[in-house]
Amino acid sequence: MASQSLAKIIANQQLNSKDYRLLISAPQIAKEAQVGQFLHLQCKEGIDPLLRRPFSIHDYDRQQGEVAILYRVLGKGTKQLLERRPGQEIDVLGPLGNGFDLTNTADKVVLVAGGIGVAPLVPLAKELIELDKEVAFLLGAANELELLCMGELEQLPLQLKVATIDGSLGHQGYVTELLEELLADSYGQVFACGPEAMLAAVQEITLKAGVEAQLSLEKRMGCGTGACLSCVCKVKVQQGSGFEYQRVCSEGPVFRADEVIFDE
Amino acid sequence: MSKVDLSVDLNGLNLHNPVLTASGTFGFAEEYADYVDLDRLGGVMVKGTTLEPKLGNATPRIAETPAGMLNAIGLQNPGVDYLIAEILPKIKDYSFKTIVNISGNEVADYKKLAAKLSSASGVAALEVNISCPNVKKGGLAFGTEPEMAAGVVEAVVESTDLPVITKLSPNVSDITEIARAVEEAGSDIISLINTLVGMKIDIETQKPILANNVGGLSGPAIRPVAVRMVYQVAQAVDIPLIGMGGIMESRDAIEFFLAGASAVAIGTANFVNPRVSMEVIQGIEDYLIKKNHSSVQDIIGVVEAN
Ligand SMILES: Cc1cc2nc3c(=O)[nH]c(=O)nc-3n(C[C@H](O)[C@H](O)[C@H](O)COP(=O)(O)OP(=O)(O)OC[C@H]3O[C@@H](n4cnc5c(N)ncnc54)[C@H](O)[C@@H]3O)c2cc1C
Ligand SMILES: Cc1cc2nc3c(=O)[nH]c(=O)nc-3n(C[C@H](O)[C@H](O)[C@H](O)COP(=O)(O)O)c2cc1C
Ligand code: FES
Repeated sequence: MASQSLAKIIANQQLNSKDYRLLISAPQIAKEAQVGQFLHLQCKEGIDPLLRRPFSIHDYDRQQGEVAILYRVLGKGTKQLLERRPGQEIDVLGPLGNGFDLTNTADKVVLVAGGIGVAPLVPLAKELIELDKEVAFLLGAANELELLCMGELEQLPLQLKVATIDGSLGHQGYVTELLEELLADSYGQVFACGPEAMLAAVQEITLKAGVEAQLSLEKRMGCGTGACLSCVCKVKVQQGSGFEYQRVCSEGPVFRADEVIFDE
Repeated sequence: MSKVDLSVDLNGLNLHNPVLTASGTFGFAEEYADYVDLDRLGGVMVKGTTLEPKLGNATPRIAETPAGMLNAIGLQNPGVDYLIAEILPKIKDYSFKTIVNISGNEVADYKKLAAKLSSASGVAALEVNISCPNVKKGGLAFGTEPEMAAGVVEAVVESTDLPVITKLSPNVSDITEIARAVEEAGSDIISLINTLVGMKIDIETQKPILANNVGGLSGPAIRPVAVRMVYQVAQAVDIPLIGMGGIMESRDAIEFFLAGASAVAIGTANFVNPRVSMEVIQGIEDYLIKKNHSSVQDIIGVVEAN
């Protein structure tokens, strides 16, 4: 069950020039969190900006009652978030959304992370490893400095491959180019989170290869609770060739690659 | 048992307290079951409902603006038959009054909606959204002309025994003229205001942010306009008013009562603070006690002009 609570900020740590890690004390959320779910945060009290901002659950410690998110500073909300200090309280809704579906997971899986999209995939990797799965982790970013969670991923028993657009580390180019090579190698399932263009590429590649994939989507959100219908994406209907709009905050944020329709 | 009387009788629609949630901002109520005690609400105005299911607009459907937001959801809803068969039965046992907000493309749609909902169980009142475009009149909104507004209201009143609430659009030059017309047409209650049409442009792409180009502005940014319109309409008609527009806390709700509203509805604030409706109910009670009033009715429309 989701709840609204005032969570104490434990740490708000800078990771690189744009990205931060916020750690909060939220025992109820930590207890219930599932990988792939998100929190809806009020970055700062007041009416400017008015709306909350959604962030994926990046880490949770059920014993300590702590939850972490990773955030990239883009606009007003995230700028206010970086000014929040340990000891202050922050209004949090969560955990929200469906999370990744880990029933019938393949034995060999690939995780594809683009930029800040790495946030929900690190806990997913840990969970899959616990389930004894063989995990390949494809980590992509604009450049070496923006590659997140490298240290943590290197400690895990998984195969890590890196791509940067400027070629400052690993493969030069898109992370999805690494996926095409890997899929030939009997990987049975893909999980991806990142910019929409990357997700669309993952969709195309996995559909062509006939490999099942789950994509974590982002849309502008109002309520985060399923009431306002602002966060919808196109999903194919069961019968016929049409589509319907489903809520990223409620039916998502994770959708099957064979059901989502991306607009050009 | 509360020390003050929060109940209101809106011309046949009795509410155990005067706080409702506004259409389109609270889903079908259960979306908020994790956050609020739904039984404490006076009423829930459910998502705008049409005869046929509606897909809604393309995305982006919302854009944030200073102290407000624009929305162009496009009335996405599962249609009235689904509402009656699948949704109303799920919420009928709560103690809030369920008010169904109805929208149509022509007068005949409103008549059919009213008839269907009147024979359904679990509906306490109809709220007629006249901000929709009238396809037979070239898409001009029903709510922008007194005759068109009155025509819709008359048709609904004829087709139902339920209390009829007419929801006024603020996008008009004289709202009192529309208010008088719908009162004369038989509306039992007036709710106001719906959203103000607005636009936001992305200066990088040089295109509107909303897929629909324009959308409805809601939130604290519109509150002074809403309070003014409630005040003006309260002077112009005798039927009770449900005030809304940018209510974020109980102080804001109290402004609406003083201006002449007999009940208030909370919209956008639910997105910001899901518990807001509970806090507003408590805040109204505290205010009445502090001011030595025994009933919320003591403060309705008592503002004295300077
Ligand atoms: C389910 C979900 C999970 C998310 N998880 C994370 C996460 O773990 N870490 C993280 O850093 N971010 C995440 N995001 C994105 C994050 O919510 C936005 O970056 C944040 O809201 C931006 O707020 P802001 O006030 O700083 O920027 P704004 O001022 O609101 O916007 C800055 C720029 O980003 C654009 N923008 C903002 N939100 C969106 C959107 N949803 N879609 C497309 N464009 C948008 C704006 O148009 C503007 O150009 C997630 C989003 C969703 C829906
Ligand atoms: C996302 C959203 C959807 C809405 N949908 C409807 C609707 O279906 N029918 C309607 O009459 N009003 C609709 N409204 C208008 C609200 O009910 C309300 O009149 C308006 O938002 C002003 O109140 P507020 O500032 O408290 O939100 C919607 C508003 C929002 C923000
Ligand atoms: S954000 Fe309101 S329905 Fe998803």
